[in-house]
Amino acid sequence: METAIKEPTTSKSNFKSEEYFINMGPQHPATHGVLRLLLTIDGEIIKKVEPDLGYIHRSIEKMCENNSYQQIVHLTDRLDYLSSHINNEAVCLCVENALELEVPERVKVIRTILGELTRIASHTLWWGVMGMDVGALTTYFYGFRDREMINDIFEETCGARLTMNYNVPGGLMQDIHPNFVKRVKEFIPHFRSKLPEYDRLLTGNIIFQKRTKGVGILSKEDAINFGASGPVARASGYSCDVRKYHPYSALDKITFTEALDTTGDSFARYKVRIAEMWESLAIIEQLIDNIPEGDFKVATNAVIKLPKGDFYQKVETARGEFGVYIISAGTKNPYRVKFRSPGLSNLSLLNHIAVGGKIGDLVATMATIDIVVPDIDR
Amino acid sequence: MGYFSNIYHGIRTLLTGMRVTGKYFLNARKGAITQQYPDNRDTLKMFERFRGEVVMPHDENNEHSCTGCQKCELACPNGSIEIIWDRVIDPETGKKKKAIDKHIYHFGMCTQCGLCVDACPSDAIKWAQNFENSVYDRTQLTRILNKPGSKVRAGVEE
Repeated sequence: METAIKEPTTSKSNFKSEEYFINMGPQHPATHGVLRLLLTIDGEIIKKVEPDLGYIHRSIEKMCENNSYQQIVHLTDRLDYLSSHINNEAVCLCVENALELEVPERVKVIRTILGELTRIASHTLWWGVMGMDVGALTTYFYGFRDREMINDIFEETCGARLTMNYNVPGGLMQDIHPNFVKRVKEFIPHFRSKLPEYDRLLTGNIIFQKRTKGVGILSKEDAINFGASGPVARASGYSCDVRKYHPYSALDKITFTEALDTTGDSFARYKVRIAEMWESLAIIEQLIDNIPEGDFKVATNAVIKLPKGDFYQKVETARGEFGVYIISAGTKNPYRVKFRSPGLSNLSLLNHIAVGGKIGDLVATMATIDIVVPDIDR
Repeated sequence: MGYFSNIYHGIRTLLTGMRVTGKYFLNARKGAITQQYPDNRDTLKMFERFRGEVVMPHDENNEHSCTGCQKCELACPNGSIEIIWDRVIDPETGKKKKAIDKHIYHFGMCTQCGLCVDACPSDAIKWAQNFENSVYDRTQLTRILNKPGSKVRAGVEE
């Protein structure tokens, strides 16, 4: 998306201004990973932002072609590592749909609960880092404090804190830990008491508001045109929640409201994510008390062979719509796998919304887009 | 908003935030969740399902329950498990039977996905909760899981 570079206005100033290039990243803490941004700037006004990818390319889609369907699941942990559980679910749902396998209700409910916990964990981390990006270090500690409780839940049930790999095609790897329900029930009131604290600490803060309000405005039309999804698109008024429109797992029985805003600036994206955390808590509360009894897994063949054809499944991760597209030639390995990651399309609109702002605004905008670079660069 | 009311509003929001941090500052000892690692090594206990590294438990007779079926080797996505096996004569039946010579585990390549332990039909391998895995040389990360001179426990079948 090329944006016309305007001639610098020199009429008001006696100084001759010249545009120049500067690299932001790949080793820049505000780019949240190895993302390199080529900035064309005039003084501190941004004229052009070109993301340069490829620093963390691991050819995961190609690796999938040599792995069996059970093995693909653990590779998706390494895409968007903050919503790894939802990524795993996407692959499992895609394989199950292809096999026309009906998983037990228990599996569906557990998957949904874990998915929403992942979303809260991702958003708390984002909240902490968002504060840090605009200069408030305390948020980082508070965000990680609450995320720690969720990580403990994951560690006890799944065995890992970040790359869980708990879903397998056909169900779950193990049944939930006996402490799982108790721990989740402890977490919900704890987090309900902490969320207003988030608001008092950061949302109402005058410095934070001045940094985010009116910064990086994205219109609804542009959000649709750029293929934005998740909180970024919803902050612009584009209702696109996959959980609402294409419910998967146990989400079809759940009532929840989709967090929407119409302003489209950084502060709107912030508010949408905070609202999503409340909604996720509500979803978990609806499910946690009545996890149905049953098996945690349907037996599948040791070697899963998908029928010939192509299969697509999309889910809503913490960042937006994540899609898995598998083309099968009928063998034990997929012929081709394509992941539709939310980060890439959300990053593509960065140039559009950051031009004309200052470098500091770019950092705030990037923080609210909430990019995870391994997701963008697979 | 007027100039002075703007300043007043700004200071008030800052104080609201400082009330939150101040509350934690005054109750610092009560709500501290920081773990004093590595000073708490004696009391630090990982969850039982925590995936540290793959181990093969042996009993007191130096026997394990790995039959050498190679299901873990097949399940592993990145070739971390390598099984060198042979056919040995069973003393009871006199028939040749598959038995492992070496169960090699390349810990440096392992992603702790858990597929091998999930695939094992005889629970021969399991997860250990050890997480301090740094070594000075990466060759030390290649481990032979079956102990020298060990053999498969009687009665464990594929």
